[in-house]
Amino acid sequence: MMPAHRDGSIRLTIRSTPTDLPKVRTEVESLCRTLGFPQEVAGHVMLSVDEALTNIIRHAYGGSEDRPIDIELAPLFENSAPTGLRIRLRDYGQRVDLARIRPRELHDVRPGGLGVHIIRECMDVAEYAHAEDGGTVLTLIKYLPPCKQDDPP
Amino acid sequence: MNDQNHPPLQEHVRWVNRIAVVEIIGDVDLNRSAQFQQMLLDLLDARPERIVINLAQVPYMDSSGVASLVKLMSRTRRSGTGLRLAALTERVRSLFEITRLDGVFEIFATVEEALA
Repeated sequence: MMPAHRDGSIRLTIRSTPTDLPKVRTEVESLCRTLGFPQEVAGHVMLSVDEALTNIIRHAYGGSEDRPIDIELAPLFENSAPTGLRIRLRDYGQRVDLARIRPRELHDVRPGGLGVHIIRECMDVAEYAHAEDGGTVLTLIKYLPPCKQDDPP
Repeated sequence: MNDQNHPPLQEHVRWVNRIAVVEIIGDVDLNRSAQFQQMLLDLLDARPERIVINLAQVPYMDSSGVASLVKLMSRTRRSGTGLRLAALTERVRSLFEITRLDGVFEIFATVEEALA
């Protein structure tokens, strides 16, 4: 895992190329597991981040592979105990109409357009905002589920 | 970037009578989905009676991989070719459940069951 800042967060900048995505997936899953997320939930968080990055590459940057994407992975704590993970993804690309970012109807079985649905299904919070100096910031939050005795470690 | 931990997608095709059994090895993500889709669509040129896709060695798939399978399903329906998915890993099965496609595709626990 990459070294964390003093507040426990991890910040990295990747290029808008699909070849950088596996590295991010590894970081996200590793941090989720460290924070105590069950394996399945960690997989869902990793998938959501992957889908969000895919959307940035395809839509905000129109497939250009050399643009920056800033990623912040910030553990959330309450009374020193981890309560969840906040992820911020920031691009500097073309602003999209935030009202148009919505999941499509699933009964319409066709290729594509599933990323937003996956993100909303898997994360507790998914908020898009325009950044002041251009681009878009996506904030994702996943809270740790209550512990159950039969959860795998 | 070092891509050693993300090796190229591998696919192996064997034929059982007129059924094409495709074994996929590796992550099917945005890096690999174009290759994945083209390989599957090319397979239709051989006019199989059915295609069985063995996903037992696909640890991870994203929505671009799912989109490739949806496109293949559309083509197989038009051509009257059967399409079955087999041996999904836990993560891939979860993706199909999240996208509600587990009720759209014919999914089998094992390749043997998909061949029956």
